[in-house]
Amino acid sequence: MNFELTQERQMLQDTLRRFLADRYGVAVRQEILRSPAGQSTEIWQALADLGILAALFSETDGGFGGGGFDLAVVFEELGRAGVVEPVLDTGVLAGGLIAALGDTAQRAQLEVLMGGGLQLAFAHGEPASRYEPSWVETTAQLTGDQVVLTGRKAVVINAEAADYLIVSARESGAVDAPEGVSLFMVPANSTGLAVQGYPLLAGGRAAEVTLDAVQLPATARLGPAGGAAPAIATALARAAVALGAETLGAMETAARLTRDYLMTRKQFGRPIGSFQALAHRMSDMLIELEQARSAVINAAGHLNDDDRTRDLHISAAKNLLGRAGRLLAEESIQMHGGIAMTQEYELAHIAKRIMMADHRFGDEDYHMERFIALSAQ
Amino acid sequence: MDLSYSDSERAFRAQVVAFLKANLPEALAEKVRLGRALTRQDHDDWHAILNAQGWLASNWPRAFGGAEWNAVQRHIFEEECALHHAPRIVPFGLSMLAPVLQKFGSKAQQDYWLPRILSGEDWWCQGYSEPGAGSDLASLKTMAVRDGDHYVVNGQKTWTTLGQYANMIFCLVRTDKTAKQQEGISFLLIDMNTPGIEVRPIVLLDGTPEVNEVWFTDVRVPVENLVGTENQGWTYAKYLLTHERTNIAGVGFSLAGLRAVKRLAAMERSGGKPLAQNPYFAARLAKVEMDLMAMSTTNLRIISRAAAGQAPGVESSMLKVKGTIIRQEINDLARRAAGAYALPFASEAVDRSNAPTPDPSEAGPVAAQYFNNRKLSIFGGSNEIQRQIIAKTTLGAGQ
Repeated sequence: MNFELTQERQMLQDTLRRFLADRYGVAVRQEILRSPAGQSTEIWQALADLGILAALFSETDGGFGGGGFDLAVVFEELGRAGVVEPVLDTGVLAGGLIAALGDTAQRAQLEVLMGGGLQLAFAHGEPASRYEPSWVETTAQLTGDQVVLTGRKAVVINAEAADYLIVSARESGAVDAPEGVSLFMVPANSTGLAVQGYPLLAGGRAAEVTLDAVQLPATARLGPAGGAAPAIATALARAAVALGAETLGAMETAARLTRDYLMTRKQFGRPIGSFQALAHRMSDMLIELEQARSAVINAAGHLNDDDRTRDLHISAAKNLLGRAGRLLAEESIQMHGGIAMTQEYELAHIAKRIMMADHRFGDEDYHMERFIALSAQ
Repeated sequence: MDLSYSDSERAFRAQVVAFLKANLPEALAEKVRLGRALTRQDHDDWHAILNAQGWLASNWPRAFGGAEWNAVQRHIFEEECALHHAPRIVPFGLSMLAPVLQKFGSKAQQDYWLPRILSGEDWWCQGYSEPGAGSDLASLKTMAVRDGDHYVVNGQKTWTTLGQYANMIFCLVRTDKTAKQQEGISFLLIDMNTPGIEVRPIVLLDGTPEVNEVWFTDVRVPVENLVGTENQGWTYAKYLLTHERTNIAGVGFSLAGLRAVKRLAAMERSGGKPLAQNPYFAARLAKVEMDLMAMSTTNLRIISRAAAGQAPGVESSMLKVKGTIIRQEINDLARRAAGAYALPFASEAVDRSNAPTPDPSEAGPVAAQYFNNRKLSIFGGSNEIQRQIIAKTTLGAGQ
């Protein structure tokens, strides 16, 4: 047993933490949140220059990390500072899929990505799919060496900024069958591609994406025809670890802010943290925070196991983070009182990040159901 | 024991429903149903409609132009208003200040201010909380110093709900620094247009400018705007707070909220079926519904006692705690039901019209509402303060 980070990861953590402490204060984030693009190209380039994007990829893919704990280290820091830039969507999800399935030409994009010169989005969820990863109604029709994509993708994060959308579409099979789903690299300027963007409650932007007979060469397909489901499952598992670690980082910030407030805010002539009713609730928050940390460690540590073991730990972590996250977000706001209800105060954004994480890659209930199903196997 | 409403109460409910169906503008109800922001005009319009019917001041004695309903009637009215998506009556003038003026105000103050509340000529806001005086309200620092026939007010109030619309503010101010905390406080009525007053909006975490800071710099207030006796303001403040706590359980809001969640869960698809059929979601929904069924009976038990003339005691604290927990649970269910569509900020702008679900605007700003309603357990005496009141009653003053 060894729960210490390797020296390389420790350095990665230190570098990123120091950078974010210097360059990503609350005022900077507030300005980015108010900006039309909802993200900063300068910060993005700086993260690339620091090697943060390369840390998400293995050496085979041209990076220097890519393991579960690399993801966990990076995203815990991003979550702690409330970073809104689309590292998860460009790097882990879409980038991860290119790394897993791409041919030589497609994989050449990874170097551009790691250098900060490429943004991506994973256009997968649909209005009726909820959290089912195999539910794909969007179709891909192959005619000769051309493919035509038709359908609708829901809440596609970073779609407006993306140079390519990685779009899932069905070539065969029932609407909810894992078999028959393919992925395509769709250039942002494709004819028939409509992107209707909007801001997100917890920062960043997303869009409703309509594919109205988008015509592409068949070489735009990423990986085998109809056989993308296993790679999608892996990408979603990796993304769940990243998001879990990000949520953990945000929970650490929520706990820190609450602790500071309880020790400094005075009512009835004494710090409110000296009231036992609040002190015990602070203790419960810290207990759940450590539970969350261990759940993320479990998920990261089993990322390369067989699918069932991997997903069992992912579901355990996602369900626990749904519960513990809600407790920390709500209790932090409640114990602060009115101040935490204001947009200006740091906790507001952090609490939103924690809560909104429950709405990606399956919520608490989805993962409860999946955990029970996997446990019975 | 008889759990049913009396014939006259049922007739009253029918009368309320008929009135709402005939007089509540459809567009306004739709705005409320979808959780959209209401303008000042929306509020004014609804108040005027109610006032024309004589139902705006349902809690006022007839002598002051009110409807003088009993607690059961008020409950029926509030419940039907919520179920029909009527805007909430803005409480600051009508149900907070007015009872204080009726009990402690001079005849001149009553004659002047009360009709203006009914007509909508004055929009009142509440100047109670300060940055350093929240749960510990009596530690407030805003000072009023007598200077001839004026008080000169300096200080800052905060969390002033809808203060941006108000032309008048009722304030707790300190008039005696030397007295014990609660004994040096006075109750002042201040014109918001007086020089030296500045209103700064506070944007809440869901993006709405619902509350404000109000700053006072050498604001001159005529002495005739003092309510009651100088340094007796704390008594009036406490009296006002008991009125703030009417409809504290919010049963109508919860019933309407639960309906909205059910509509959403019937439309949202999960594995090809309505989410409402998902056993995990259904169990969450059922649990809240069962809690609400019991709580609304608790509410009615207390209301019938109040209608019989018994003052509610610690039960109103119990209702505040349980009522807000249930409302917040319902907001939590709504955000869960929306799935990925909880993520957008300006949810209204998201066009799901191509989606297979029939009326996607239902998903609306559910996450924003979830965050906004975290305030329910904070304002009007936080749930911690309410629990303290309950504990004191059962464990004694040492608590």
